[in-house]
Amino acid sequence: MVEFFTTTNLGIFLLTLGQILLVLVPLFVALAFLMYGDRKIWAAVQMRKGPNIVGIFGLLQSFADFIKYLVKEVVVPAGADKFVFYLAPMITFITAAIAWAVIPWNDGWVISDINIAILYIFAVSSLEVYGVIMGGWASNSKYPFLGSLRSAAQMISYEVSIGLIIIGVVLSSGSMNFGDIVAAQDGKGIFSWYWLPHFPMVFLFFVSALAETNRPPFDLPEAESELVAGYQVEYSSTPFLLFMMGELMAVVLMCALVSILFFGGWNSPVEFLPDGILWLILKMLIAFFVFSMVKAIVPRYRYDQLMRIGWKVFLPLSLGWVVLVAFFAQYGAFWGTYARWTVGG
Amino acid sequence: MTVADYAFYLFAIVMLVAGVFTVVSRNPVHSVLWLIVTFLTASGLFVLLGAEFVAMLLVIVYVGAVMVLFLFVVMMLDVDFAELKAGMAKYLPFALLIGVVLLLQMGFAFGDWHSAEGAEALRRSVTPDAAEVHNTAALGQLMYDDYLMLFQLAGLILLVAMIGAIVLTLRHRSDVKRQNVLKQMYRKPEESFEMKDIKPGQGL
Repeated sequence: MVEFFTTTNLGIFLLTLGQILLVLVPLFVALAFLMYGDRKIWAAVQMRKGPNIVGIFGLLQSFADFIKYLVKEVVVPAGADKFVFYLAPMITFITAAIAWAVIPWNDGWVISDINIAILYIFAVSSLEVYGVIMGGWASNSKYPFLGSLRSAAQMISYEVSIGLIIIGVVLSSGSMNFGDIVAAQDGKGIFSWYWLPHFPMVFLFFVSALAETNRPPFDLPEAESELVAGYQVEYSSTPFLLFMMGELMAVVLMCALVSILFFGGWNSPVEFLPDGILWLILKMLIAFFVFSMVKAIVPRYRYDQLMRIGWKVFLPLSLGWVVLVAFFAQYGAFWGTYARWTVGG
Repeated sequence: MTVADYAFYLFAIVMLVAGVFTVVSRNPVHSVLWLIVTFLTASGLFVLLGAEFVAMLLVIVYVGAVMVLFLFVVMMLDVDFAELKAGMAKYLPFALLIGVVLLLQMGFAFGDWHSAEGAEALRRSVTPDAAEVHNTAALGQLMYDDYLMLFQLAGLILLVAMIGAIVLTLRHRSDVKRQNVLKQMYRKPEESFEMKDIKPGQGL
């Protein structure tokens, strides 16, 4: 039985498929409740009730929305490029989903344990911008096009600073594998995680993640007060659902990245409690809560301010930090906090 | 055939087809999209070769940055497709000629290709053993340990190119209004507005 799953082609295929379903199905169910939680938090900040009709406390609201999106009519604008129009939401959804292939949930609990996991995440997240650009262009209409132009510049700009911030973490761990990065943060609980040595970068990463995932206050590609809904204007029904799920999945992915890179992944914050997947999920939920709170509290940025922060503040800061970390790691400053090489070195 | 073989044929065929479509698509945006498919499948081939670092770099740099800029420019261009297509017949002979010349040159070069004795051994002597270090670490070792000087020189050349591009396009315009961000940030509420108590029906 074990041999069938590890040696034959069909066995390997079935095993991988099973692993993928094991990750994606709980993730999609979780997305429904995260969406609900997001709306509830937003409502609570604005002293509203939020969704409270479908199911007890409105818990089933997302599922009702899901069914509504599925059975509605798909409207395609007359001048639209049909093929690209349908392709765009699929790209957003698929790229957000395939990134989870390298995210570990516990020690060794990962679909694909590759050495270049971080580069893979970069590569996939750099593809995410195409969903937005193609959607905006294929709609053949003014507002979506403006939204997609904005997103092209915005997502590229913030990818640069996210990349440089992650390089600092990679320098400290000497590996681009998430398992090794988490292992490097194992030790005396909460104070051996990277948030302490990489303290300023936690905030920079979080803000860059907001911009990268088009979340408020950086949701300029869809800015409903100026662009109606940006690149999503012409989308309805299932394509819109795919866009929305893809975006939310990218947000949850960023939560996972923050938890793994800076907050110790599945490591327990105190020494007397065991490590495990529940810690990672708890950290991701806290990160998501902060994402929601930022959405509710902070007003939207102006576009030139956004670009200025990205290129003139975040980029120099994160670049300088990479140089600093390189020196700290090389000379073992701060009792070797910056040089926890688990491999090579 | 193993899974890797199937994957190779899949990637290779998709890559060739996408390459052809890049050339023959009438809509330039579609051309760029096909080019993206070509790059993605090329990176798939790199992964099959075991060069996963190069594969990821291809996606990050070319697909993630260069192609976005391409798409950006092509979408903004106001292209007359009919006119573009009309020129096709006129330029086709030249294009074919250039293609044949290039093919001949490559054929000559490749037909008479032989490396110096010991070249293979020399190249192998610096390459880290693939069984011991994975290729990201091996590349890092080659670039930052063994050939640091050459790597820095390559960087300097790029820097010169960048400075050149900036010098060519930089212009100071005195007739446009600019924002002074620091001035905006240090502005105080007292300086910029005052509260007036206006009686109903009177106005200011």
